[in-house]
Amino acid sequence: MPASQRPKGCDLSEMISPLLEMRGIGKSFAGIQALKGVDLVLQEGEVLALMGENGAGKSTLMKILGGAHLPDEGELKLRGNRILVDSPQKARSLGIAMIYQEFNLIPALSAAENVFLGQEIVQHGLIQHEAQESRTADLLKELGMPFDPSTPCQRLSIAQQQSVEIARALSQEAQILVMDEPSAVLTPPEVKRLFAIIDQCRKRGLGLIYIGHRLDEIFEIADRVMVLRDGQPAGSFPIDQCKRHELIHCMVGRPMDQEYPKRKGHPGPVRLKVSELRRGKAVQGVCFEARGGEILGLAGLVGAGRTELARLIFGADRSEAGTIQLDGRTLSLRSPAEAIAAGIGFLSEDRKLQGLITQHSICSNFGLPNLDQFTRAGLLNLGQEEASFNQYAETMQLKRHGPKQRASHLSGGNQQKLVIAKWLARRCEVLIFDEPTRGIDVGAKYEIYQLMHALADEGKVILMISSELPEMLGMADRILVMHQGRLTGEITHPASSNQQAIMEMAVA
Amino acid sequence: MKETSLARMSNLLHALGDYGMVVMLLLLGLFFSLVTLTEQQPTPEVGARELAQRIKANHNTDSVVWIVIRELATDRAFAESLQQELNESGHEQIVQVTGLPRDARQELEAWQQRGDHIDIIAGNEITSNWLVFSNLEETFPGIGSPQIYRPTSYRWPNFLKQDNLLNITNQIAVIAIIAIGMTVVIISGGIDLSVGSLIAFSAVLTCLLIRDWAGSLQAGVSAMVLCSLIAILVSAAIGGITGGLITFFRLPPFIVTLGMMLMASGGAYLLSGGESVYQIPDGFVWLGRGASLLGIPNAVLMMAILYLFAHLAMKRTRWGRYLYAVGGNHEAARLSGVPIGRVRLSAYILSAALAGLGGIIMASQLKSGAPTYGQMYELYVIAAVVVGGTSLSGGEGKILGTLIGAFIIAVIQNGMNLMNIESYTQKVILGLVILLAVLLDRIKQHGFRAH
Repeated sequence: MPASQRPKGCDLSEMISPLLEMRGIGKSFAGIQALKGVDLVLQEGEVLALMGENGAGKSTLMKILGGAHLPDEGELKLRGNRILVDSPQKARSLGIAMIYQEFNLIPALSAAENVFLGQEIVQHGLIQHEAQESRTADLLKELGMPFDPSTPCQRLSIAQQQSVEIARALSQEAQILVMDEPSAVLTPPEVKRLFAIIDQCRKRGLGLIYIGHRLDEIFEIADRVMVLRDGQPAGSFPIDQCKRHELIHCMVGRPMDQEYPKRKGHPGPVRLKVSELRRGKAVQGVCFEARGGEILGLAGLVGAGRTELARLIFGADRSEAGTIQLDGRTLSLRSPAEAIAAGIGFLSEDRKLQGLITQHSICSNFGLPNLDQFTRAGLLNLGQEEASFNQYAETMQLKRHGPKQRASHLSGGNQQKLVIAKWLARRCEVLIFDEPTRGIDVGAKYEIYQLMHALADEGKVILMISSELPEMLGMADRILVMHQGRLTGEITHPASSNQQAIMEMAVA
Repeated sequence: MKETSLARMSNLLHALGDYGMVVMLLLLGLFFSLVTLTEQQPTPEVGARELAQRIKANHNTDSVVWIVIRELATDRAFAESLQQELNESGHEQIVQVTGLPRDARQELEAWQQRGDHIDIIAGNEITSNWLVFSNLEETFPGIGSPQIYRPTSYRWPNFLKQDNLLNITNQIAVIAIIAIGMTVVIISGGIDLSVGSLIAFSAVLTCLLIRDWAGSLQAGVSAMVLCSLIAILVSAAIGGITGGLITFFRLPPFIVTLGMMLMASGGAYLLSGGESVYQIPDGFVWLGRGASLLGIPNAVLMMAILYLFAHLAMKRTRWGRYLYAVGGNHEAARLSGVPIGRVRLSAYILSAALAGLGGIIMASQLKSGAPTYGQMYELYVIAAVVVGGTSLSGGEGKILGTLIGAFIIAVIQNGMNLMNIESYTQKVILGLVILLAVLLDRIKQHGFRAH
């Protein structure tokens, strides 16, 4: 910033203080430490890339900056002044703008109306559309994305919508712009244009925080990289002093200190065969085979298509092409009901939204896929259901008050055990675990690992999706790596491999 | 401090839980019983028997008895019973005096002139209180000093009279039956606004079929049953279309059923040409007005049986469980293998079929079918379901709760009628009660905090 623009009477300390300082930020949710002692410094006209594994704490940190969460400890300073960001409105008024992957635009309103939403240009109680539109047109031109600002947002391309978000931030005189994986939804030429826009913002003196996974892009756009690991800062380097493999190492560089149970059994013959499975951009022709008694890991970054692939195998989404064979029988799955009947079970990553009906009792959640077993002459035998529930709950060591307890009142680990219990009772031959240990404490994790081993030892096929690479390496007998809807690699001996190898394939 | 007492109160409400609405119904019953507590006269037969007992106990068989009645069927029944009772116990000098007070006076004068005496004058609560008999010793000294007998009255709430209670259940039958379907739809996470119009549609269709196809006034029983079944099937088919649009095209239930509501109502007017159809045989009223078992109205019996089945189906069948699951979290239900499409479709078909049945019962009660039937019924039905504790967001609720809810609404309406409260005021109070019920439910679920 040129000295002439600075307000007069500033003392020296303010003049040299950075745009944004976050110091010693700590935050925990329900006893789980999400962030601890995180420092973040952002200068004017700087693009800071924030990197880390899924769950490393990046979004929590940004939510604290954006006013969605209050930190348990630590402080925020804007140009050297302590600030309290206790609501998203406060953040906005302080000049902190967030652009999420899911845009916050109202589809039916025009680009200009969205840019000025909540701060309309009003004269005599009437909105001055022309003024808003010409102002928006100026902003868009400045960003190098000229298009008609009276177009409703629902008719804009993704890239155009993104530029509307950025224009809104600029019109609100944002000083700090946070972008959460902005390139994930864009085509390569659009990414180029986005970078030009980011460059424009940098030239205007804004501080930008760029969350991203794609290393190439980081090296292209960022001035500095900060890496979070397990909620703690793992390093911060200027981009020109940083090498690709060092960055990957820094992201995943946690020592393999977690305990995984010893595996006894060995994979048997091939049972599940998936060939040329396709659905849109998420899954683009995936082929693989899985053996009975094998824990097959599916690695990749968020959005790589792992969950989408699992949903196709489970019939939750329809595949556009490709076949699934189980024990030599070709399955045509039009619904999860058919997949379940064929012996496939799916533990979704989001237990609360997809795995359980949280307001219902744990016993009826357990019973839901198994009701046919308890039905005689069209009537349910509730006693039998409860007996079966108690038996499986005992096997799973489910901590519970009684079968009538609401599922929402279980802890995360116990909810996961409940979901596993219901599939155990179903006696599935193929079990897909999507992030089986997310949000689960270490003790419960170990129990779930043991269970997965036990199931594999029975000759079942276990597909495991996990974003925790140590877990992947510790649990899987074989790992398939996905990137942008395709299989990009295979690790046949995880025990002798390392996280770096997976990461290399995942960022392809 | 305030927080904890509020929390304690919401805990209490929660503990009341399933029984809260029953308690509310009982309290309402108690309230209306107290305010409608009035002097009640026994039925003619019962009163006569009790009166005869007293006469026998206090008088010899040779005493002269007058039975004074008006020229009314009930009075005559009273006199017959009394005379029979007295005759059986050996009384022979019994005279029935029938007519107005003037006739009684003439008869008294005649007896005085003849020098005959009277020992007992027995009448019902009206005749025994005629002024003529108030001062006999002075006005007619020649007839002796007769004792006046009247049946003993008792205090009993009008609300709790058997007729009234049967009346409530009979009136609620249509709403309660339709509310079964509505409960099922709401538990599955939807809503059905078309039921009121389907009542009219089905009533008109049934009556038209009987008039134009089954032989009008000469229609036989099996023909009438067949016509009713056709109307129910047509209603179910309409429900199938509604459910199909909602399930397979993912249209919002509110809008689809709103459209169906207008179409069914318009259809009923078109079919009937805007007139009511009444050329149907007397036998048709069997369902709505008849009472074949222990004096219980047939419609009430049918309602009870349907509730029993529905309760069993919701609690003890896979279909019932699936309904709750779909309404609770349809994605989780789908991923647990629930055929969510079929389950939701079935809910709308059931709701429409029961609305069709409700229309037939109403046509039977009123012995005609008119396109004006069932207006606003969808709202009363939804109110019954919600008051009965079913959550409009789906996944929670009980069939028997709905029955209680229907009764709560009926009892309030009936009680207010007994208290002679104006119909406009009744509407306001009913609305308040519905709001209160939902508010209590909300507090029960989520406590007192706004968010």
